[in-house]
Amino acid sequence: MTALVASNIVAGYVPDLPILKGVSVTAETAKVTVIIGPNGAGKSTLIKAIAGLVPVSGGTVHLNGAEITNPRPDRMGALGVAYVPQSDNIFRSLTIRQNLDLVLRNAGKEAAARREALFTRFPALADKQTEKAGALSGGQRQFLAVAMALAIDPKVILMDEPSAGLSPKAAQEVLEYAKSLTEQGVTILLVEQNVKQALRMADHCYILADGRNQVDGAAQDLLNDPVVGQIYLGGKRVTHA
Amino acid sequence: MIQNLVDGVLVGSILSLGAIGLTMAMHMLRFANFSHAELLSIGAYAALVFDGLFGAIHPALAEAIPPLSLTWSLTLALLLSMALTGLSAVAVDKLVFKRVRAKGGELSMVFASFGVAMIIRNILGLVFGLNPKLYSQDIVFAIVVSRDPFLLIKPDQVFTLVAALLIMFILHLVLSRTTFGYSLRAVAENPTLAQVSGINLSRMIVLIWLIGGGLAAAAGVFYGLTNQISPVLGRDLVLPIFAATIVGGIGSIYGAVLGGFLVGLASNLALVILPSGYSPAVPFLIILAVLILRPHGLFGEERT
Repeated sequence: MTALVASNIVAGYVPDLPILKGVSVTAETAKVTVIIGPNGAGKSTLIKAIAGLVPVSGGTVHLNGAEITNPRPDRMGALGVAYVPQSDNIFRSLTIRQNLDLVLRNAGKEAAARREALFTRFPALADKQTEKAGALSGGQRQFLAVAMALAIDPKVILMDEPSAGLSPKAAQEVLEYAKSLTEQGVTILLVEQNVKQALRMADHCYILADGRNQVDGAAQDLLNDPVVGQIYLGGKRVTHA
Repeated sequence: MIQNLVDGVLVGSILSLGAIGLTMAMHMLRFANFSHAELLSIGAYAALVFDGLFGAIHPALAEAIPPLSLTWSLTLALLLSMALTGLSAVAVDKLVFKRVRAKGGELSMVFASFGVAMIIRNILGLVFGLNPKLYSQDIVFAIVVSRDPFLLIKPDQVFTLVAALLIMFILHLVLSRTTFGYSLRAVAENPTLAQVSGINLSRMIVLIWLIGGGLAAAAGVFYGLTNQISPVLGRDLVLPIFAATIVGGIGSIYGAVLGGFLVGLASNLALVILPSGYSPAVPFLIILAVLILRPHGLFGEERT
């Protein structure tokens, strides 16, 4: 089953200057799909285009068969899609509890119970719930951002480099947590710079470069592919004397 | 000296009310809105009109509430004026700023705001005349609080300060206890993330103009109650309000409150050592000092 299909996406910040030049990505239901590629490949732009933050000028995005191209970003939650930005993904001036209450504001009477459920899931956040979110460490911030995404009970989570700026241990924890969500039926589409770590936990992988699809396949196959390893995974390189 | 201190707190409370709306709109819409202080003028004149209207409909309403010069009709007029000024702020955004925002850059917005300020100021001058007006012709005597040090306070000033603090306290409760308040703070901090978190930005922009306009109207009426109303009220207060916003840090609502009091106090305390003619220069000096020493203000954060 496919949860999210982006076909032939052309998108960019400035009209007539597309960063994505016809990218297609499919995220299977309850699987981790990872997008990797060199800097400037358009990975983050793709995630933002799907989330409605960058205008799509060509191609379509389908969610469970229904077209959602160029959605209003504030309506994505209602569609069951959460987006975790790479940086500035929590409100620093609000406390941890206020951050969660903010995303739970439409949950009505259920809000308190759902907040407590999230605190049970993330005990480290529960201990600091009255502290300003800006005071959290990098890893804890990322977990708060994930908790905020989970608050809306999403079917699909789009994550933009969740391990960026984290220690290797914290990065591993965040990625493993993302992987564990698939067991509950959540579909994960994520962009990663941390290629090897991402490929080890992902099911499927797309490699982008210069705004176009390059290679895609089962993550395990790509991890073991010598050509891909050489080009994208920091394998042996041809050096000129 | 103590008189200057008390006057400073009073002026400060009025500046704070003005600065709250300015800091919210400025941070969220990313432009320096030089027409914000004109909302104080709109509020002050709207209250003047409503006050006259209510007084004419029901003469008992025009009786002063002792020991204040404030009347029941002006109290009602204040509430209506807050609503009307909020709506006019929304209208100006729809008619001017929204269109410029869609096509132009930040600088175009700043110039547009200068234009809006001049249009509002001159319309008020055309309609109401250039002569200063008062809410009440009654002479209200100041109360001598102490003779040594000499301290005079008018009952209206006490009312104004209490009312301004009350409004700020209500705003504080909204911001710190309600999810609507969290949404306001979220939008002020990071509009993109706020949108991703399901907040409808266009609706929030309308609400911020409504709140900012309402608070500005209260500030305008309080200013008129303790001074006088004239079409140049906005022009006279635009710099101190900007100074308050910059001191507090753009985007910080609590910073704007503190900034208002600091600028009010500094301007009035400066009178102790400076001739009164130099008093209007003090906000400029404060802006300069803050920009040099602490560019993001006391509570502001670096733009992300």
